[in-house]
Amino acid sequence: MDLRREIDAVVMGASAGGVHALQAVLSSLSADFAPPVLVVLHLPSGRPSRLPELFAPHCARPVCEAYDKQPLEPGTVVFAPPDYHLLVEDRGHLALSVDEPVLYSRPAVDFLFDSAAAAFTHRLLAILLTGASADGSEGIAAVRRAGGVAWVQDPSDAASELMPSSALALAGADEVLTLNKICERLAAY
Amino acid sequence: MTDDAPNELFDLEIRLLLEAVYLRYHHDFRDYALSSMRRRMRHAMARFGCERLSDLQHRLLHEPGLFAQALQYFTVQVSDMFRDPLYFQALREHAVPVLRTYPSIKLWIAGCSTGEEVWSLAILLAEEGLLERSLIYATDINPESLRIAEAGAFALDRVAQFSRNYLAAGGRASLSDYYTSGYGGVVFDRRLKRQIVFADHSLATDQVFSEVHLVSCRNVLIYFNRELQDRAVGLFRDALVHRGFLGLGSKESLQLGPHATEFEPCVPEQRLYRKVAA
Ligand SMILES: C[S@@+](CC[C@H](N)C(=O)[O-])C[C@H]1O[C@@H](n2cnc3c(N)ncnc32)[C@H](O)[C@@H]1O
Repeated sequence: MDLRREIDAVVMGASAGGVHALQAVLSSLSADFAPPVLVVLHLPSGRPSRLPELFAPHCARPVCEAYDKQPLEPGTVVFAPPDYHLLVEDRGHLALSVDEPVLYSRPAVDFLFDSAAAAFTHRLLAILLTGASADGSEGIAAVRRAGGVAWVQDPSDAASELMPSSALALAGADEVLTLNKICERLAAY
Repeated sequence: MTDDAPNELFDLEIRLLLEAVYLRYHHDFRDYALSSMRRRMRHAMARFGCERLSDLQHRLLHEPGLFAQALQYFTVQVSDMFRDPLYFQALREHAVPVLRTYPSIKLWIAGCSTGEEVWSLAILLAEEGLLERSLIYATDINPESLRIAEAGAFALDRVAQFSRNYLAAGGRASLSDYYTSGYGGVVFDRRLKRQIVFADHSLATDQVFSEVHLVSCRNVLIYFNRELQDRAVGLFRDALVHRGFLGLGSKESLQLGPHATEFEPCVPEQRLYRKVAA
């Protein structure tokens, strides 16, 4: 797949083990990586996340936390804030919601993936990483139904295999990749 | 057929259904954020056993009783007492000293849902000795939620979190001073309620109903598109007295809208603003 020509946005989801995995993935993005990158990392609720501070030093692209109706900027890495779901409102804007948690999680990967699939259809790349939750499975299914591309981390390579293995069982994937491979593919952009 | 045809068709069905609901029941959801509306419409279809959204539209048009139930799916009723404790602390530290200077105080909680925010504010005002001369308008479009809000009864398993938030918000006593428990739940002190008016009011279709000194509208605007957000903020501006306070949810802001210049940040991190002269 030619990322540069075929993809307008990238969404990522992770839970347990996700900080480490996302540090690797985000540090593989080159300075000219053009699609916006939207990320849900499960977080403990009720405190500020400091995710931008945590990830910015590892990433060649700007990193921020989403606010409501934020315009999507090329090549910007946007994290879901704690206690809010992050959604793609349309191809140019994000949205937030305080709907009930999914499988105890808010933000939920399913909200992001599902809404991004509706907005970007086949021009979307979804990457599901390590996690001890089945959140993200429905999202991967929605991405694939809409014709988007789903990469799922190889469960045997993941710190916590439940998230990727649940998605594979429910929806399959276009590719099952190790973390290293995912980084290599993104770095080749 | 292209890949995205099913999505486009679903969006079309949503638009038709919202139009039908507006014409039939005068509830206007047409300018709500589409991304979360899609999810909720899917849930409603599952709940009412409809294979297509147009089937649900048909039933909604012909079964008014069903619309009352479906209203729970058009809106999101998630709330918490002293949600974002630092917001309530900011009210205490920055708004209360100004409110104190008025002989009588009017406050408007727009989109109050099941009342957690209302009872929180009433407790805060009581602790500051201001409740007696305050009038709180608590409004929402969901009659079921307004009923729950007015009852002031909440499940016992939520109270530990409420108490933690209360203390983190700078509560002066113990939350348990304000409720009595029984029947697996707690009921807040009726005396707090004497100064609260619960009323049906839509930010999408209704007008300003009173002059107020403070508006708190939290996690309501996120469900609106930009146009409807602008309408709602316009209502707040018109309702507020000169230098009145406006509090929003922690991820909402005025910076994108046309009303940005009509307010100045008071406690920016807590989304507390003040109205300035136009
Ligand atoms: C997520 S709740 C917010 C509850 C509370 N303010 C808080 O922050 O915890 C959103 C509320 O907005 C209400 N709402 C939705 N549309 C509205 C409208 N057009 N006018 C007034 N309230 C509305 C919903 O019924 C719901 O009770």
